[in-house]
This record gives sequence, C-alpha cells and structure tokens, in this order.
Amino acid sequence: MSEHKAKEATLKVYRGDGKEGKFETYKVPMEAGMVVLDAIHYIQANYAPELAVRWNCKAAKCGSCSAEVNGHPSLMCKTRMDHFEDGEEIVVQPIKTFPLIKDLVTDVSWNYRVNEKIKPFTPDESDTKEWVIYQEDIERVQEFRKCIECFLCQNVCHVLRDHEKKDGNEQFMGPRFLVRAAGLEMHPKDTADRLEYLKEEGHIGYCNITKCCTEVCPEEIHITDNAIIPLKERVVDEYYDPLGKMIKGIFGGGKKK
Amino acid sequence: MTSSIESIETVEHDVIVVGAGGAGLRAAIEVSAQGLSVGLVCKSLLGKAHTVMAEGGVAAALANVDPEDGWQTHFRDTMNGGKKLNNWRMAQLHAQEAPDRVKELERWGAVFDRTKDGKILQRAFGGHKWKRLCHVGDRTGLEMIRTLQDRGVHQGIKVYMECTITKLLKDGDKIAGALGYYREDGRLILFKTKAVVLASGGVGKIYSITSNSWEYTADGQSLAYEAGAELIDMEFVQFHPTGMVWPPGVRGLLVTEGVRGEGGLLTNNKGERFMFKYLPESTRHEFAADEKEAKEWIDAAIAGQKTTARRPPELSTRDNVARAIYTEVKEGRGSPHGGVFLDISYQDSDRVRKKLPSMYHQFKELADVDITAGPMEVGPTCHYIMGGIKVDADTAQSKVPGLFAAGEVAGGMHGANRLGGNSLSDLVVFGRRAGLGASEYAKGLSAMPKFKDSDVQAAIDELDAPLNRTEGPNPYDLHKKMNEIMSAHVGIFREASEMKTGVEKVRELKKEIAKVRVGGGKKYNPGWHLCRDLKNLIVAAEAVAISALSREESRGAHSRLDFPNLEDEKWGHVNTTLSKDGDNMKLEHKQLPEMPDDLKKLFENK
Repeated sequence: MSEHKAKEATLKVYRGDGKEGKFETYKVPMEAGMVVLDAIHYIQANYAPELAVRWNCKAAKCGSCSAEVNGHPSLMCKTRMDHFEDGEEIVVQPIKTFPLIKDLVTDVSWNYRVNEKIKPFTPDESDTKEWVIYQEDIERVQEFRKCIECFLCQNVCHVLRDHEKKDGNEQFMGPRFLVRAAGLEMHPKDTADRLEYLKEEGHIGYCNITKCCTEVCPEEIHITDNAIIPLKERVVDEYYDPLGKMIKGIFGGGKKK
Repeated sequence: MTSSIESIETVEHDVIVVGAGGAGLRAAIEVSAQGLSVGLVCKSLLGKAHTVMAEGGVAAALANVDPEDGWQTHFRDTMNGGKKLNNWRMAQLHAQEAPDRVKELERWGAVFDRTKDGKILQRAFGGHKWKRLCHVGDRTGLEMIRTLQDRGVHQGIKVYMECTITKLLKDGDKIAGALGYYREDGRLILFKTKAVVLASGGVGKIYSITSNSWEYTADGQSLAYEAGAELIDMEFVQFHPTGMVWPPGVRGLLVTEGVRGEGGLLTNNKGERFMFKYLPESTRHEFAADEKEAKEWIDAAIAGQKTTARRPPELSTRDNVARAIYTEVKEGRGSPHGGVFLDISYQDSDRVRKKLPSMYHQFKELADVDITAGPMEVGPTCHYIMGGIKVDADTAQSKVPGLFAAGEVAGGMHGANRLGGNSLSDLVVFGRRAGLGASEYAKGLSAMPKFKDSDVQAAIDELDAPLNRTEGPNPYDLHKKMNEIMSAHVGIFREASEMKTGVEKVRELKKEIAKVRVGGGKKYNPGWHLCRDLKNLIVAAEAVAISALSREESRGAHSRLDFPNLEDEKWGHVNTTLSKDGDNMKLEHKQLPEMPDDLKKLFENK
C-alpha cells in the first residue's frame, strides 16, 4: 500500500429509484487504504448530500452496506479502492434481488418476514440444570452464527435473483435462512423439528448447490457444504428413506440427529 | 413542504422503546412478557445496532474460570473503575443480576465459547480482578443482538425499522407519545403511548476519531433533555485506548480489549512495555511486578491453569491505558502512524485466529497487517459516554413520569470510567429493568394520556425546516466543524482556557445549525437526516463541554492538565447535573446517593 497516492478515482454510481435512474460519474481523491464506502461518503459530503446509502459499523460487522461493485456483490466497507487497476472505472449499483428504494438502498424487509416463519430456538423447558455443552459440539453452530445478515447470499442466489421465488406457494427461504435453520437444528439443546417447514414452505429442494452463496459470504461461512447439504440430507432421510424411517420407528430414534 | 396532522399514520402501544440494540431489545422483550403492547423503533434495520460491534464479552461473575469471583468483587471492581462516582445501587444491581441475564441469553439460544468442562468460558479484561467476560470469540455483541432479535420477533413485538423519533410528546408533565419519520420516504408516524423507554445509545459522533457509527448522535440524551429530564456526568467520555490509527479511512475503528485480555503486549518505538510505569499506585499491587511475572500469568491463562502470578499491566483500566498511549505518542515514542504497538503475534497463529477472528480479518483486509506475524498500531478513539439520562436505579425511570432509559443513554452505572465488558451486561440488566419499570408504570395509568396537536405541528415544522430553506450551511460541513471543535478543545486531556474556547465555538455552531439547509426531497435523504441528527449532537457537545469545564479535578476518563489530581473532598461526591432552563442549559453539582455501610465494608483493606 503506497502512502502517497495523490490520485483520483472515477466512480459511476447508480442514482434513481425503482422507476427511473441513471449512472452519475464522480471524481474522488484517493487516500491510502480507502474503501468504496469512503468514496461514497466523500461524494455525499462534497457533491450529493442526498445520495442514499445504508451503512453502520464500517467494519464488516453489521452487514448494512451491501452493493454490487463492478458487478461483484460486496460489502462496500471492505472493498479496497486500491484493488482496482489505475484509471479503472468503479461502478457501484444496488443489489439486484430486492426492490430499489433509492440510489444504493434496497427494500430488504422480505428477509425479515421469512425469518419470522422459522420455528425459534426450543430447548427442553424441564431441563433446568446448568447446561453442560462442549466446545466441539458447537463449533459448527458458531460458524453459522457468524452471519451478519448482509443478504449478499440472498442477492446472488439464482433461485431468488433470476427465478424470483419470493412469494406465494413457491417461496424459497434462501441461503441466509437455511443457515439460520441449520444453526437451530444443530444446536445440541434444541428440540424443535423444522424439516417439514424446510421441505414444504422453505422449499429447500430448489437449491441446486451451485455454491454462489458460499462464494460471496463475507464471513466465509461454508453455506452450501456445512449448512444446506446436511439439511437436505436430513430432509431426504425423513421423507424419502422408508427403510431408515422403519428402523427409527422400531428402535425409537429421536427426531433430531 | 408541510404535512397535516390528520393525515399522519397514528399507532398506539402501551410502551414505545426507542433503539433496538441490546438494551432496547431486552426492554421490549420484557414489556411483551408483561402482557403489554410494545413498539420497538430503530433508526437502522433490525440487528444492525451498535451492539453488533461489541467484541470482547459480557461481564458476569459466574465464577466458571476463577471460582473466587462473586458479585461483591464485580461490584467493587466496577466502583473502583468508575472512581466511585457510580450510582452504587445501579452497580450493585448490575453485579448481582448479570449472571442471571447471561444464563438467560444462553437459554434463548446464545452459543458462548465453552470451558473444557462444558461451562460458559470467561476471559480476563481491564479492571476486572478475575476472568469474568463471557464471550464468543471477538463477536460477542453480534451473538447477543441476534439472540435477542430472534427472541423478540417471536414474541409479538412490533418493530418500526429505519424510523427516527424526533420529539417526545407530553400530557402535562407525563409522557404521552412521540413523533417520528421513516427514513425511506420521510413520511411521519405518530405514536400514542403511556411510556417511552429510551435505549438509543451514545454520542460518539461529536468527535472525529470515534469507534461509533453514524447512529450515535445523542438522540435519546437530547429527546430526554428537551422533555425535562436531567443529564448527569456528561464530562465522562471514554476514549478506548486501542483504535486503529492507519489507514486513514479506518482511523478510530475499534481493536478489542480482548487482544490484551488474551495476552497482547503494548510497546513503544523503543520496544518498552510502557504500561508498567503508568499503573496508578492504588491498584499497582494487583498487577505483575515485571515482565517475567506477566508472562507467567499469560502462559497460565493460555494453558487454562491457575497461577499466583498477577495480571499484566496492559489490563489496567481504559482511562489509564488511553492516557498512557497518548503520552507515549506525544513524547515521541509512538509508532510510524501516531499510535503505539499492540502485539499478539508471539503466540501460536492458530490460537490467535481462533480467539480473535474478526481482528485478524479486520487488519488483514483493511490495513494489510497480519496480526499473527507482526504488531498492530493502535491509539485512543472515542468509544463511550459514561454520562447520560439520570434514572432511578431500580426502575430506570427519569425525572419525567413515563420516561425510562437504559444502556449507554442512561447515566450513573459506570461513574467516571466504564470497565470493558460492563456495557453488554448493563444492556441486559437495565434493559430488563426499564422494560419492567415502564410496564408497571403503564399498567398504573387508567387512560391513554393525550398530547397537544400544536406540539406535534411545532415538531413537524422544525423537522421540515432544512428542506424549506433556500439558503444556509451544508449539514456535512457543520458536522465536520463540530468534530474539529470537540477534538481540539474537549479531548482526552483538558484545560480551562481551551475548554472555554470550545464552549464559545459550540454555542456559535448551535446558531449555524439552526440555519442548516439541504436539497433533495424526503425520500431516503441522508443529508436531511443529518440535519436532524445535528440538533441532537449539539446538545451533547454543549453538555460535554460545559460539564468538563465545571469539574476542576481529574477523575477516571476526565483528565485536566490544570487540575491533575483526584479531589475527593470537593468533587468525589457530586454529579454534574444538567437540565433545560428556557434556552439555557442549567448546570448544578448535586450530591451522589450515599452507599450503605454493608457495601462500604467491601472496600476496606483492599
């Protein structure tokens, strides 16, 4: 990283709402270590106070500043300006999968509605003793709980992005909420059963494991391998494995593994 | 551009909670558990509040790692950390109830790191005598907020996201409602309510170098002040000793105290472990005498073993460490970018990545520094305000009937300096208490109070004014100006003549803020939102500046060059108290509540 880079960057930022809009070009002086969100803030302070952008922590911990930078779904707060070629135009536009409100801000409220449908954490209420849980039994759950809800995985998932399976009887819950469900299903103290929901309402079957979600996850959660595939296996065992079901019936296997 | 009152969306709840971080969520869950209707209003999307940035842990004397711990020691550490300016009753309730609140979080689905025998793991932190911080790597706040958020949404809490409250409305002296606007399109919303819980966080955006996000604009402090509540201890602003100093875009970003809790060493450009020489006499005996003893403590902590060695000096309280770093840099012993070195790279790389994953990524991605291979550069950053709305310890109610406050927006709990880890525990202990207090108050009212339409209209006119002006200063310029004034005149080290200039400049700026203008419409317009935030920020800036000028001693986070000593006789028993008196901010020094004798005994021979 050079400390004396007195250069200018060129940003093309989408300006407009759901009805109409266009890309506006802005020149921003480069500073060492600058990220795209810094450039957006510079534009706000110097050229366009009304430029809409969501952000909070500026430290990749809150997942608010998701956008598509040169076509790549990213958190603007961790996308370094010096990772682009000198003179390369940096195109910043809102994430595509959710309805645009204005400029870089989209309406992601759909995600909150999906979340409400997932059966919450349900421990055995009669288990009142202090819990003994070993670290090795929660490593996987802790991986899922790193999720910062940036919704970049929801944004790139082609089931949601291209096929728009967001409403009605064909709603797909998306990678974010499969991760949440996996975190609950694999919690050693949870007793609820979410498999029917995953199959019938969350439509886990729509995921065909292209791993786009895993690739964009800023928290590097192995969404497909560690969350979605094991959940798919559980659903398959429950609904499409008559022999396994019979054995469980005979030996009284619990509903949770 | 004005709106008529009849056309405004109007909703009714028994209790409105403003702010959806740890305190607000916990308060709303409690109100709902009491069978009342609750609306939770937040400026951001749910789950993005500042609590997500809390890293190191939540302090609770569970005694899972150090069996000697107990609430009395936690209470004593908290009071000593706060230089005994704390409200003793709040500190007591906090120490006593934090363990139950942590266990409750676990029952609600929080997945804390574990000890070898399967209990909640606890780590060391500055000012805590024993290993007391329950944690999840270095993302404890995220774990807490997600746990509370998921608990809350399944409990029937109505959430109003990206909605900013601009005015508390009253019926006589009592709370009766609130006016807000949605950030999305600027449309207004009127809340009719019996009680309001403010849980809106701090004021960090009055400074330029800060670990706080855009949300930290003193909304709650200002709303309460305008409504007639008192603010106390506003001179006590915590500068966290370890913020990033480079590159410029991340200057001020927090580096968790967990780095030091896990054995991180602070050195200057001569390679000296300088913290040994900054330990205050009163607590020196609790710390290692030399590097050898400090190393024994760290080795034992890594191995999970008991030791008689005492803590490393890096684990002194935040006010001390921040002053030490500032002094080292000022005297020419700083790092290349104006900080000092914080090094954990001498430990096993895998352990560092496992214990401090987000620090590893933060430095790797934003500063090109591999913390497993070399030191970080760190320096002080504005982090927290100990002062805030004066509340009753047990019920969290302010002077205004029906107005409650919890978390950072409330004052008293932390005295002159907050210990790390005591904030997350404060949120859940007093979030719950505020929820309970507001519920009981609301149940006691026979009818919904009524506010006056004229008050609503005045609040709307004020909100719309910057959009209707044809000329006036740019809000971003004014905000920058405020940051410069506060950083230059009321920073880490303070002095009367500097602060007098600061107060004058703040009052000049207040006049300019009254004339602020912004273009564009109401649709998601951050410039317009900032105009509103500035009105709150300037209240906090003036409060901090005049309170700091009035306290002629050094105590905790308040360091006076012209009054370098702790003056217990004159200043040890009073809170600086502010209230609205017409257009003026009235300042008084009011007596602290007296600690009962059984608690006083805890401080004997220690």
